[in-house]
Amino acid sequence: MSAGAQRLDVTVAEVVDVNPLIKRFRFVRTGGGALPTFSGGSHIVVDMDDAGTRRLNPYSLMSDPGQTDSYMISVRRDDNGRGGSLYMHRSVRPGMQMQIGWPVNLFPSDLRAKKHLMIAGGIGITPFLAQMAQLDRIGGRFELHYAARNRTLGAYMDELQTRYGARVQTYLDEEGQAMDLKGLLTSQPFGTHLYVCGPKPMIGWVLDTARTLGWPEGALHSEEFLAPPVGQPFEVELARSGKTIRVGAAQSLLEALEAAGVDAPYLCRGGACGQCETDVCEADGTFEHNDHWLSDAEKASGRKIMPCVSRFRGARLVIDR
Amino acid sequence: MGIEFNKETFRDDYTFKNSPAAVRRFPFPFPEDDYMYSVNMEPHVPGRKGSVFEHTFDVDEHYLAEMRDRELVLKSDPLRCQSLPHMTLAGWDLLELIMESKARDYPHWFELHKSGDRWTWINRPMEIEQSFTFLKDDTLPYGPLEYITRQTQGDFTLQDQRDNTLYIDAGTVTTQADWSLDFDVGMAFHEWHAPVPLAHNMGVFDRALKFLLKLQLGSPVRRFNWTMTVDPLLDTSPENYPKWGPSKTTLTMDTIGKRQHLRVELQTLHRLPRSNAIAFPIRAYLASFDDIVTMPKWGRRLHRVVRDVHPDLATYKGFIRNRDLMVQWLSQYDDGKPTSPGWWPEPE
Ligand code: HEM
Ligand code: FES
Repeated sequence: MSAGAQRLDVTVAEVVDVNPLIKRFRFVRTGGGALPTFSGGSHIVVDMDDAGTRRLNPYSLMSDPGQTDSYMISVRRDDNGRGGSLYMHRSVRPGMQMQIGWPVNLFPSDLRAKKHLMIAGGIGITPFLAQMAQLDRIGGRFELHYAARNRTLGAYMDELQTRYGARVQTYLDEEGQAMDLKGLLTSQPFGTHLYVCGPKPMIGWVLDTARTLGWPEGALHSEEFLAPPVGQPFEVELARSGKTIRVGAAQSLLEALEAAGVDAPYLCRGGACGQCETDVCEADGTFEHNDHWLSDAEKASGRKIMPCVSRFRGARLVIDR
Repeated sequence: MGIEFNKETFRDDYTFKNSPAAVRRFPFPFPEDDYMYSVNMEPHVPGRKGSVFEHTFDVDEHYLAEMRDRELVLKSDPLRCQSLPHMTLAGWDLLELIMESKARDYPHWFELHKSGDRWTWINRPMEIEQSFTFLKDDTLPYGPLEYITRQTQGDFTLQDQRDNTLYIDAGTVTTQADWSLDFDVGMAFHEWHAPVPLAHNMGVFDRALKFLLKLQLGSPVRRFNWTMTVDPLLDTSPENYPKWGPSKTTLTMDTIGKRQHLRVELQTLHRLPRSNAIAFPIRAYLASFDDIVTMPKWGRRLHRVVRDVHPDLATYKGFIRNRDLMVQWLSQYDDGKPTSPGWWPEPE
């Protein structure tokens, strides 16, 4: 009953330099035919073979969910990351065959909303591109507030303003354009839902402000994929499979499990979905819980770990895998 | 392929019957000689040829009669089909899933032709040919959910996912085992399951919900549920209890074989693509005790299950009053021999 990671065979149809930091990739189904329909806010996990190292990174689908002839993602290069985005930027070329997971939506539009208020920072724009295309088709009311460092990095700003007009507002940090968040949040019609995706500080700022202003929790939606942080290598004993594995500095525990041939569940690989939750059998040391899933009490209990993003330091760790 | 659709009724004169072929493919729900609730879910992948799992949506000899029965129920009680406003998109998702599945699996009965958003749907058994614009509500005679479920066997509910639970926010429910959509609509997973005994404390619902919240596009799952119904009545609703409840008091050793039916629900769960909602088709199959005991393994096993099932389950499922009678009658078909594992009529 594990959420089997079904895969799709795709071919890279197009790679576009959007700006100095961002590349856009278009995938079509290998052998032709339509890709599965999806809902705005969905992501896919891209399977990379980086010179023998397997990397599986989640990226939001940015293409119009109504168009199933191809999927598009945008990847921001992270020069200090573990290598997934660098691989996408340097090695992925048109014509290459790859595998991706089926779309999964952890950031859906709440279709009860009278209005969808979207706040994007930088590359956090991608899920909104798909959501807006979908809402536009079904007559949903939305408004996007989109902040970026400068116009070059504000990928898609011009395009969006042309397409959606006054429903899109942009803010350029380097030109001193700041979002009047409080004003925005106090002037929304009853029944508005708020969505935010972007850098961590921005998400915190938007959600905290909304809560302070009395927005109901059920109307707040955010998405943040964490990249698995690098750390010290550590050893883990696997109670069920009877193996002991070593997690490398730039590897996640989930990746180390997979490399050892242990079937471990996942959906987001970014600490958000809960699918990889694993019981801890024994621990003598300190956990580095990096996920958004476990409650503070669960984190403190030392009985659970999310292998996609969390790590461990200490003498001994035994988990139920 | 060459199925003739039965001329039969699920009310009044109850002319419903299963052909021998229908009995052979009946989804007998007990893989073992005893039964307790569990998180019994498996991938809904195509199963054995001829079985009720062969296709995503099974169409069998009862198709036309079941659709006529649904029409009668909806006519007398329109609230059996409801869809909260935000669920219309999920209704379209379901319509697409059913039309595409049936056109693929039963091309001699169903066809779907698409030219952009202009679609034409042909349902030969029901003599329907309908052109419409996909996602345009006013191009169909009913809402998308009602339109397609008037042409598909089984009940359907649509669950919206939010706040880490599922809400039953739409459905067409006319062949239910004593529960009411009108009562449950808008409820969350644990609320609508509240009346079920034992399972909550066993953690069944917590685990099932956790799994469903992660249900993936393209990976549907299925499970069985079962209960007992006197006479082949599809619409055993709480609203109509006065009409069918008393039938339980009239069973005798002479009539039980013909009148007592094992009612099996093949339930499937599908993540829907545009709405991210979950569709829950609940397909009911009926077999009389006479039908069941034509398969010696099933006769033996049903006797043991009914005899030993927890009394709280027998009470909840509404057959505690007739349990002794059932056991007495079924015991004639149990020679005490061992049964083979699994629920196919013969050893695998
Ligand atoms: C999301 C889709 C589902 C819906 C809409 C649904 C709905 C219902 C309803 C309406 C009932 C009757 C409750 C009453 O007495 O009023 C019921 C019973 C029950 N449900 Fe579900 N259910 C769903 C999924 C599941 C799943 C995944 C499980 C897995 C364990 C489950 C297990 C049960 C059990 C064990 C019962 C008692 C049945 C009996 O003994 O006859 N349900 N469900
Ligand atoms: S895979 Fe989603 S939280 Fe770990």
